[in-house]
Amino acid sequence: MPASHDWSACATAAVLHARAEMLARIRTFFAVAGVMEVETPILSHAGATDPALASLSLSGGLSSVGFGADRRLFLQTSPEFPMKRLLASGSGPIYQICRVFRGEERGRRHHPEFSLLEWYRPGLDDGQLMDEVADLVRAALQRPRLPMERIRYRDLFREVLDLDPFTAPVQTVREAAITAGIPDADQLDLERDAWLDLLLTQCLEPRLGRSGMSFLCDYPPSQAALARIRPAGEAPYDQAVAERFELYIEGVELANGFHELTDAAEQGARFAHDCAERRRLGLAEIPPDTRLLAALEAGMPASSGVALGLDRLLMIAVGATHIDQVLAFPIERA
Amino acid sequence: MAFYSTSEFKGGLKIMLDGDPYNIVENEFVKPGKGQAFNRVRVRNLKTGRTVEKTFKSGDTVEAADVHDTDMQYLYNDGEEWHFMDPASFEQMTADANAVGDAAKWIKEEDICRVTLWNGVPLIVEAPNFVVLAITETDPGLKGDTSGGGGKPATLETGAIVRVPLFVQSGELVKVDTRTGEYVSRAKEA
Repeated sequence: MPASHDWSACATAAVLHARAEMLARIRTFFAVAGVMEVETPILSHAGATDPALASLSLSGGLSSVGFGADRRLFLQTSPEFPMKRLLASGSGPIYQICRVFRGEERGRRHHPEFSLLEWYRPGLDDGQLMDEVADLVRAALQRPRLPMERIRYRDLFREVLDLDPFTAPVQTVREAAITAGIPDADQLDLERDAWLDLLLTQCLEPRLGRSGMSFLCDYPPSQAALARIRPAGEAPYDQAVAERFELYIEGVELANGFHELTDAAEQGARFAHDCAERRRLGLAEIPPDTRLLAALEAGMPASSGVALGLDRLLMIAVGATHIDQVLAFPIERA
Repeated sequence: MAFYSTSEFKGGLKIMLDGDPYNIVENEFVKPGKGQAFNRVRVRNLKTGRTVEKTFKSGDTVEAADVHDTDMQYLYNDGEEWHFMDPASFEQMTADANAVGDAAKWIKEEDICRVTLWNGVPLIVEAPNFVVLAITETDPGLKGDTSGGGGKPATLETGAIVRVPLFVQSGELVKVDTRTGEYVSRAKEA
């Protein structure tokens, strides 16, 4: 057996302490706010159908509960579905701190296994939840006066790129990426939303959260994920928007929140659309969570929910530039 | 033909782009909260040495470049090409002026060089980091000067010209750092 030189922790003792203390402040915040901590299964029969997520899975070793060797269980990409089933079961406001798993994600700010803080607030809309996220972040970072701003997705693209992300044809979005000087953009073959993702990550994200917290909100309906869609109304709301937001600090995306979709039929249609997309793209088939659909059918209270990456929040707290600096043991030495 | 997926990208990986072999210098994985992931990479063209940035859609594949490094012994120059030998297999290969580049002014017969092969053909020849060479020509220095301050040009046996301290004389051996082209010290023997 080769000698191991990588047995020791990656994070320094000071960073490990900072993590412990940050977790304690988060738990205090929710205790004061009257939000209950819960735990839900990491392994599930259903996975995330979102084509942009790669689920990890395992099989075998569960014959004692009657599962054959061909029965696959998925490691959660987020605890969203079981937590919504708790809401439908009458839990009231809940939060969870847990490990989630996403395959094919590795980089300076990505690690296949990471810590997520996810919470749900029945009765709040996305705007009210943004305020609470800001308070939580202020408490976690011990920066009580950290300012927050809200920027609508459409306004950001219009102001910086002179591009309407809701109405511009795909060719115009592609040209904007080439004009913006994204290396090799003319060589890429992308769909409309992927072009928008490219512009967002390469040209716009670095501008966000430069003097505090930036909440990017009111996403295009094509990027609703699991958010409700607010129908078009009076100007400037003359386009339907997804009631979804993302939090940025120092150009880093930290959290994704929704005014949650509670319509079972619409949720079923989005699952079906995801599954069709996965087949079209040649991705692994993932069984949708039929128990979530049943829970929505039974009735989930109108809620907003948000997932916040704790490793990245800790990176900001301690000034780390690579996620490995805040992990005890990154996957290469796990 | 071998292919790499973007998920295998990392510094040092050799890939083919537009018919040329490239070395990945830096790979950055970027992904919005929900949606399409990208790999933004800095790559160096192994033929020209130029570094450029590229953007890939995560999940895309690129052709692997058949590029690897090996240590070879420099045998001789026939006036046009440089001849090298694999010290293990005794297989001989020739490298052209493009591949040898700057190394030409530092290497002499029997030196062991790091040779980068592309499809089995020498693409880059690197001189050893330090070489010991004889001075063939330099002005006589001032007697008694041992400080090395100032210095003077000296022509080495390979034709390279380096600045040496005043006390170093023609016929002496000197150790040179080939990466900077600077004199390091006098040497007793190669």
